[in-house]
Amino acid sequence: MILFLQQMINGLSVGSIYALIALGYTMVYGIIKLINFAHGEIMMAGAYFAFLIAITTNLPFPLVLVFSMIMAAILGMFTEYIAYKPLRNAPRISALITAIGVSFFLQNLALVIFKANPKIMPELIVKKPISIGALKIGTVTLTTLVLSIIFMIILDIFVKKTKPGKAMRAVSEDKEAAMLMGINVDRTISITFAIGSALGALGGVLYSITYTQVFPTMGVMPGLKAFVAAVLGGIGLIPGAVLGGFVIGMIETVSKAYISSQWSDAIVFGLLIIVLLFKPTGILGKNEKEKV
Amino acid sequence: MNKNTIKSYLVNFLAVIIIFALMKLLMNIGIINRYYQGIIVFILINIILAASLNLATGFLGQLTLGHAGFMAAGAYVSASTAIMIKANFGWLPNIAILLISLIIAGIISAIVGVAIGIPALRLRGDYLAIITLGFGEVIRVIINNIRFTGGAQGLTGIPRISTFDNVFWITVLIVFILYTLTHSRQGRAIVSIREDEVAAEAVGVKTTRFKVMGFAIAASFAGIGGGLYAHYIAFLDPNTFNFMRSVEILVIVVLGGMGSLTGSIIAAIVLTILPEALRSFADYRLLLYSFLLIIMMIFRPAGLLGTSEFSWKSIYDRYKYRKESIIKREKA
Repeated sequence: MILFLQQMINGLSVGSIYALIALGYTMVYGIIKLINFAHGEIMMAGAYFAFLIAITTNLPFPLVLVFSMIMAAILGMFTEYIAYKPLRNAPRISALITAIGVSFFLQNLALVIFKANPKIMPELIVKKPISIGALKIGTVTLTTLVLSIIFMIILDIFVKKTKPGKAMRAVSEDKEAAMLMGINVDRTISITFAIGSALGALGGVLYSITYTQVFPTMGVMPGLKAFVAAVLGGIGLIPGAVLGGFVIGMIETVSKAYISSQWSDAIVFGLLIIVLLFKPTGILGKNEKEKV
Repeated sequence: MNKNTIKSYLVNFLAVIIIFALMKLLMNIGIINRYYQGIIVFILINIILAASLNLATGFLGQLTLGHAGFMAAGAYVSASTAIMIKANFGWLPNIAILLISLIIAGIISAIVGVAIGIPALRLRGDYLAIITLGFGEVIRVIINNIRFTGGAQGLTGIPRISTFDNVFWITVLIVFILYTLTHSRQGRAIVSIREDEVAAEAVGVKTTRFKVMGFAIAASFAGIGGGLYAHYIAFLDPNTFNFMRSVEILVIVVLGGMGSLTGSIIAAIVLTILPEALRSFADYRLLLYSFLLIIMMIFRPAGLLGTSEFSWKSIYDRYKYRKESIIKREKA
C-alpha cells in the first residue's frame, strides 16, 4: 500500500511536468489551431538556459527558474514572429510542416552548440527525502508538484480575470470577431506563445532536475507525451491539459512499476487511441455538431 | 482512352526507359559508384513512400502522421517472409523471393491499414493525425519488444535481394498505378472527398468506402517500400521507423505539393540528396536542412507544384504558345 502511494506521488510529479508542457500545446492550438511541434524544443531550450545560468552564475534556484522562463518566453515569441506569422493565412498543414522545421532547427542548433552528449544538471534543489509517516517523498518531487500547481493557479487567474487573458479567450473563440472588437490579435497570439513557452521551460527545468541531465533531444519524448496529454484532456482546453497531464503521468508511472517499463509507451499511446475512438474531442471536450 | 492519353503514356514510358538506360550506362562506366547507387535506391524508396502518402494526405485529404508504422509493418513482414523462403525454398530465384515477400508485405500492410482506418477515419483533421501518430508509436514499441522481430537489437540475416534494377521498376509500376488510380473514376471520388466530404456524400460517393480504400492502398504501398528498404539494407532496427521517419515522408509530400505525384517525385529527389550534399558542412548540415525547410515553407506554402502535375505536354504547349506569340508580335 505504501509502495502504491509512493508510486502515485511519483506519478503526480511526472504528471505535473507533462501538464505544464501540455498547457503550451493546448493554448497555442486553442488560439491558432496549430499543433506546435516545436514546443518540446522550447522546453529543451528552457532546460539549457537554466543549465547555462546555473553553471555561470551563483544565483539561487528561484532566480535561475525565472530567468530561464523569461528567455524561453522570448524564444517562443521570436519563433512565432519569424516562422508562424507569415503563414497565418496559408493552409494549416504548411504551418504544421514549418513547426516541424523549427523543431528540427532548434534541436540541431542545440546539437551544434552543446554537442550530443548529455550535460549534468547542477543540483539546484538539495536532494533529501522528507518522511511523512512511512512515506518518503523527495524534495525534487515535492518542489515539482508544488511549483506546477502554483503556476497553474496563476495561469487560471490570468486567463479568467485579466484583460490580456480575456483577449486570449476571445481570440480563440472567434478571431475575426475579436479583431472587430478592437483586440490586437497579433499581440494576443504573441502573449499566448510567451506564456506557453515560459510554462514549457518550467517543465523542462523541473524535468532536467528530476532526471539530472540536459541533452539536445530531451524535448522529443516528453513533448510527444505532453501533446498526447493535451489531446486526451481535450485540445484547446486549459483544464483538459492539466487533467490529461496528470492522467498520462499516473498511467505511465503505474504501468512502469506494475506492468513493464518497455511497454509503458505503448500503453500510453494505446490509451490515447481508445479514448479518441470513443470520445474524439477528449475527456473534457464537448462534441460539436458539424455545420454544413 | 483517347489518342492524346496514349501518346502521353508512350512519351513518359520512353522517358523512363531513357532514364533507366542512362543510369545503367553511368553505373557501368563507373561514374555512379556504390555510394551514389545507394542514394539513388533511397530516393526511389522515398518516392514510393511519398507517393503513397500523397494518396492518403494529398488526394484523400486525410493528414497521416504514422506512415513509418506501415513501412515498418511491411519491412518486418517482408524480411521474415524472405528469411523463411530462403531457408525452405532456397532454390527459388532471388527475384521470385523478392516478389513473393513484397506481395505478402503489401497485403499485410493493407490489412493493418484497414484495421486502423475503419475506426480512425471516422475522425476528422487533426484527430486522425494524432491517432495515426499514436498507432505508429505503438507499432514501434511492439516491434521493439517481441522476440520474433529481433527486438531492440534489430533483425539480421535478411537476404539482400533488392537491387537498383528491381527497385527502379517497382517504383515505376507503383507510381504508374497511383497515377492511373488518381485519374480514374475512383480517383475522382477520392479527390471529391478532399474537396468537400459532405457534398461528395450528397452526390452519392460512398465516402467511408473510398476513404478506407485509399488508406489501405497507401498503407500497402508503404509496406512494399518498407520491404524494398529491408532487402536493400539487410538489417532492420526498429528505431529507424520512429515518428521522425513519418515526418520526413510527410515533409516530402507537402514540399512537393499535396495532390501532385510528380511533385512528390521531385521533392523526394531533392530532399534525399540535400542532406547528403550538405555532408561537407558536418554538424551544420541538419541545421541548414531545417533552415531551408522553413524558408521553403514560408515562401511557397502550397509546395513546389501545388496540385498540378509536371508534364511534357504543358512544357511543349507553353513553348509553342510563346513561339506563336513571338511570331504574332513580329507580324504586328
